[in-house]
Amino acid sequence: MFRNVSELVELAETQNISISEVMIRQEIEVAEKTREEIMDQMDRNLQVMEKSVEEGLKGVRSRSGLTGGDAVLIQNYMQDKEPLSGHLLLDAVSKAVATNEVNAAMGTICATPTAGSAGVVPGTLFAVKNRLNPTREQMIRYLFTAGAFGQVVANNAFISGAAGGCQAEVGSAAGMAAAAIVEMAGGTPSQSAEAMAITLKNMLGLVCDPVAGLVEVPCVKRNAMGAANAIVAADLALAGVKSRIPCDEVIGAMYRIGQSMPTALKETAQGGLAATTTGRELEAKIFGIDLKKE
Amino acid sequence: MKYRSVFDIIGPIMIGPSSSHTAGAARIGRMTRKLFGREPEWADIYLYGSFAKTYKGHGTDVAIVGGILDFDTFDERISQSLEIAKKNNINIRFIEEDALTDHPNTARIRMGDKDGEIELVGISIGGGKAEITELNGFDLKLTGHHPAILVMHNDKHGAIAAVTNILARHEINIGHMEVSRKEQGKEALMVIETDQNIPDELLHQLEQTENIVQVVKISV
Repeated sequence: MFRNVSELVELAETQNISISEVMIRQEIEVAEKTREEIMDQMDRNLQVMEKSVEEGLKGVRSRSGLTGGDAVLIQNYMQDKEPLSGHLLLDAVSKAVATNEVNAAMGTICATPTAGSAGVVPGTLFAVKNRLNPTREQMIRYLFTAGAFGQVVANNAFISGAAGGCQAEVGSAAGMAAAAIVEMAGGTPSQSAEAMAITLKNMLGLVCDPVAGLVEVPCVKRNAMGAANAIVAADLALAGVKSRIPCDEVIGAMYRIGQSMPTALKETAQGGLAATTTGRELEAKIFGIDLKKE
Repeated sequence: MKYRSVFDIIGPIMIGPSSSHTAGAARIGRMTRKLFGREPEWADIYLYGSFAKTYKGHGTDVAIVGGILDFDTFDERISQSLEIAKKNNINIRFIEEDALTDHPNTARIRMGDKDGEIELVGISIGGGKAEITELNGFDLKLTGHHPAILVMHNDKHGAIAAVTNILARHEINIGHMEVSRKEQGKEALMVIETDQNIPDELLHQLEQTENIVQVVKISV
């Protein structure tokens, strides 16, 4: 089993195979299943992702009323005007938002790596798909590549906001997506690692401060920006830009930052945006609590 | 390594909104239910850390009860679990605890009926994965690096040999094993870490063995 990104890249490059192939072969061994079974299982995850994006683009609203409908707004804007940030980028953003709006509305999603960060990987995949026209197998492989990088982060740091802040959650998702975009676009395994490093570097320190403890504000928009971050970082890596700090060391930095982050900023709804005047007012309104009591 | 399968990262398919607070919580509830072996008449659920602070917003309460009702993470009935529990006459209580725990997402579940009860501490470690750290007062000291099973059994001769024989026959190697009991001849527990995955059929076969009460995978 690969323990870190450098071992993962080395496994791919010495055997002259892709990151996704390394992950598939390892899964066959670990799960003691056939290649076909594993590909089918990932295809089922892909189908769920397709359905959640589809549902989100029709427009959903959460129980609290805090989120919903933004994916539709963005898609409408893209049809009316040429977006400044470009069509592909904003398409990814809208699809990431769509997935997280469905999640907030207690719909069915596929965690990648978590539910709160479930928008980034599918959002980028379905936007990049329209440009690169991948086969179904390449789309499934996208998820294996993302999974390989996510597994390294999960085993060496953390992937939940409660444990390490949003950098661990949306940060990891964005890094995973960036690495997968690179592979789908024909980049090398080391370029995937560079893309992951560049993305994660720009997510370091991001706290987990959900208003009222709900996976809605700011989570939905953090997924939006995670998707944007991933696409830009993938482009940088494909251009040949390298991270001065190697990917494994960036993951190590993320771990240490997460450990020293105060509990108030790790999904307890006690600090950050959750503790703003408006954040508290929204919380009081949603749960019907009297603010003076606190 | 805690995360061994790619499907721990890409997955599970679940009902939103939070993998730690919904899917992981549902799995803690379901592991308790599986170890208890039947639907309980009552359950006391103690929540710590982030669970205690945010459980209403995340639907952690709904998810744990869904697990207690034996629903999987993607079962759409989860959102109605509190109503279903009420209809099934299960008396559920939630207790918010202030105590600091090693892990931010910790739940202690006590459940039972007139024939017995069980107490378990579970943690939700992220991405929908959950682990049991304590069972009926037994601390489970597991590395978390290997697949593991818990075997509740009667403290009778031959029970341990029967289990290890079955594993041996299926070429499953035991890397670490602990046996503990409350008192001689009564309720006992085996914690077994293996190098290979234990398929569900084999768990079933272990359960059919004499003096074996219940078998559960510890990390799901």
